Amino acid sequence: MSLLEVENLTAFYGDFQALYGISLQVAEGEAVALIGANGAGKSTFLRTLTGLLPIGGGQARFAGAALTGTPAHKILASGIALVPEGRRLFPSLSVEENLLLGAYAKRPGPWNLERVYQLFPALRAHANRPGTALSGGQQQMVAIGRALMSNPLLLMCDELSLGLAPIVIRDIYAALPQIRAEGIAVLIVEQDTGQALAVADRVYCFQEGKISLEGRPADLTRAQISLAYFGV
Amino acid sequence: MSDWINTILQGLLTGGLYALFAAGLSLSFGVMRIINIAHGDFAILAGYAAIAIAGTFGLNPVEAMCAVVPAMALLGYALQRGILNLTLGDDVLRPLLVTFGFSIVIQNLLLEGFSADSRSLDSGTFGTASLQLGGNLAVGLLPLTVMAAAVAILAFMQWLFSTTLLGRAFRAAADDPETVQLMGVNTRHIYAMAMAIAMAMVAVAGVFLALQTTVSPTDGPEHLLYAFEAVIIGGLGSLWGTLIGGIVLGVSQAIGAKLNPGWGILAGHLCFLAVLIIRPSGLFPTARNR
Amino acid sequence: MSVRKTTRATGASLAGAAAGFLFLAGAIAMPWWAERWGENWLIEFLYTLALAQGWNLLAGYGGLLSVGQQAFVGIGGYALVMLGVGWGLDPFVVIPIAGAAAVLASIPMAAVLFRLRGANFAVGTWVVAEVLRLLIANDDALGGGSGTSITSTLMGIPVWWRISITLWIALALGAGGTLLVYLLLRSRLGLALMSVRDSEPAAATLGISVRRIKWIVYLAAAFWTGMTGALIFITKLRISPDSAFSIDWTTTIFFVVVIGGIGTIEGPIIGTIVFFLLRSALADYGSWYLITLGAIAVFFMIWVPGGLWGLLTSRFDVRFFPIQRRVGAGRAADTAS
Repeated sequence: MSLLEVENLTAFYGDFQALYGISLQVAEGEAVALIGANGAGKSTFLRTLTGLLPIGGGQARFAGAALTGTPAHKILASGIALVPEGRRLFPSLSVEENLLLGAYAKRPGPWNLERVYQLFPALRAHANRPGTALSGGQQQMVAIGRALMSNPLLLMCDELSLGLAPIVIRDIYAALPQIRAEGIAVLIVEQDTGQALAVADRVYCFQEGKISLEGRPADLTRAQISLAYFGV
Repeated sequence: MSDWINTILQGLLTGGLYALFAAGLSLSFGVMRIINIAHGDFAILAGYAAIAIAGTFGLNPVEAMCAVVPAMALLGYALQRGILNLTLGDDVLRPLLVTFGFSIVIQNLLLEGFSADSRSLDSGTFGTASLQLGGNLAVGLLPLTVMAAAVAILAFMQWLFSTTLLGRAFRAAADDPETVQLMGVNTRHIYAMAMAIAMAMVAVAGVFLALQTTVSPTDGPEHLLYAFEAVIIGGLGSLWGTLIGGIVLGVSQAIGAKLNPGWGILAGHLCFLAVLIIRPSGLFPTARNR
Repeated sequence: MSVRKTTRATGASLAGAAAGFLFLAGAIAMPWWAERWGENWLIEFLYTLALAQGWNLLAGYGGLLSVGQQAFVGIGGYALVMLGVGWGLDPFVVIPIAGAAAVLASIPMAAVLFRLRGANFAVGTWVVAEVLRLLIANDDALGGGSGTSITSTLMGIPVWWRISITLWIALALGAGGTLLVYLLLRSRLGLALMSVRDSEPAAATLGISVRRIKWIVYLAAAFWTGMTGALIFITKLRISPDSAFSIDWTTTIFFVVVIGGIGTIEGPIIGTIVFFLLRSALADYGSWYLITLGAIAVFFMIWVPGGLWGLLTSRFDVRFFPIQRRVGAGRAADTAS
């Protein structure tokens, strides 16, 4: 049984339909990438999974339990953590306090403050500075660390590379194997297709609220991906 | 001369009471961005509750306070969770009008229950006891206690916000109510907790008010205004600024009243307006304009 | 290519306009057919409506929440004392002067209060109203804390004339005020107002000076409320700082607009009607009247935020005061492509 099972999911912003019957799965320990153009529905999809947007129709099950109707804080407690698009660190909290807040739900597991600092040593020096006073790349590290502190079973990352220099993006993605080493499944939303294909076991492509392509990176051609991405 | 020093001292200690009122307002505004228009009315309610309980069960003021404070905290939790949480959002109008409605209901319930006469809680000999400071200076023990309580409560709030997990959640929720849920924080619950704590502080203020002077059903709004002014004078977001704001307000009122009995409260309001004109972000503005 | 005309007239609005004309005609003629208590009732209805429309303009359309409009009611009332009683001016002449006085006072008030935002601004307006109350209470020349009598300014005017003119002016303020708000919102300024209400940043990017809009709205509301305040105290025998600057004016306004529907023109009309009905129904119950009012207001704010008018419009798309433009209902004008 998959860790995350989504069947025919629809979602609406008011009267506007954003998702038209999304079906996908993520197995335990797997790395799945969601690619697609701006506005294709990838971030919307993550928001419905985390409970920030109500599920309009269809089914979503995580570790066997239904996600529909579950409030966001309970979803976190059940093991799904999101690294939000744009980092969304708390400016009133220091770096360390941001990380500590991630452990609010007190889920047991291997991740704690010390391990996060080992994963991202650059953060140790800035532990007491306000969360938003760091560079973009460091903020991304804090956001990832904050999510890890909740010891999730599924880590979802929304646009990790947004606004970051290529070398910084590389450093961040270099941390992924250590994260996966404990068996955490990872769901990555990326506009940087190359990066997504490099790390993922499987890929889904979103286009205008629907899934236009799925498969393993090795099995997909550039042409197929281009077609699925742009629809032309 | 010592006459004036006494006046200023009185004002200073009154400032402690105002800071006590302001603390609760500051908390609910800081976490939930709500100004509870009924803030003062809840204090008066607590005062009347203390008077009623003390009278019915023969309790002394301390016992009465111990009974009233938890009850008010529970009321605050219930009101926030049941009603006020439904008004949260970008629209400032809804919480404002709902709490205005609360204000009207409380004032008139008190009028129905207790009539319009002002009442007070018997402070016994403690109420009139004073500390001689040498020369002609003296401070009442009760006002001194109120100031001490204010400082203690503000210190508690400082501790709560900066070191506890709940305080961290409060600050994060004020920053970003959506993302804080992604941390596993149940915002409906912590907003109610914030209101419960604010109400507890308001209850303390109300009981002290009943002890120090009198309470009457329509006294609520004026104390809301004092609390508000103390917060703005001190600077939004600054806890210790609230104490200074309360003191500045108390001292201006005292000086005003000394110059002319009818000018006391007016002097306080004018001081508030002066701060708004000269230094709108308050005496101790925090870096982020909340 | 054909261009569709936009129009605002709806079936309901035309019917409403007809009903409005009938009402106005009947009201203007009241001194000749109605009982005095009827006229007094209508006067009170109209000035309540005037106050509500002013507040509604401020908050519902200008985004400025005021808990201190009683400041202008009081200014109007005391202008009557100073000019009507003190200088012996005809009280009805004082009304527009009271409005001007309110505007003058509102300028420094806005300058200071606009430094506050949102709920802070609201409480700030209350503080200012309190300042005015206390200043006047300390002025013995104006009667001090216990107030003074207004009747001297009305002496020499025959009762029939007094009530008739009061009624006609009340019509101008209440019904006229409603009409003015309607016309304002149909204008370009009105479009700007509604865009500021909907989204300040968006409005600003369209080149709308949000600051200027807020100033205009605040001063306009002060003007109207000041005049209404003077009118109100013409109908009362006494004035005191506590009655003139009482928060009760705001309480009444709140109830009217919340029950009726904030941000609509029809809302205050319905709200005022319901307010008067409730008041007479609960007149014998003392404080329970206000408790009920408060509870209803809380209930409406949470579960019926659009008020009674909002309920009606969500069921049947009816507008008596059409402000929105509808495409296509008029004749299509063809232009050669």
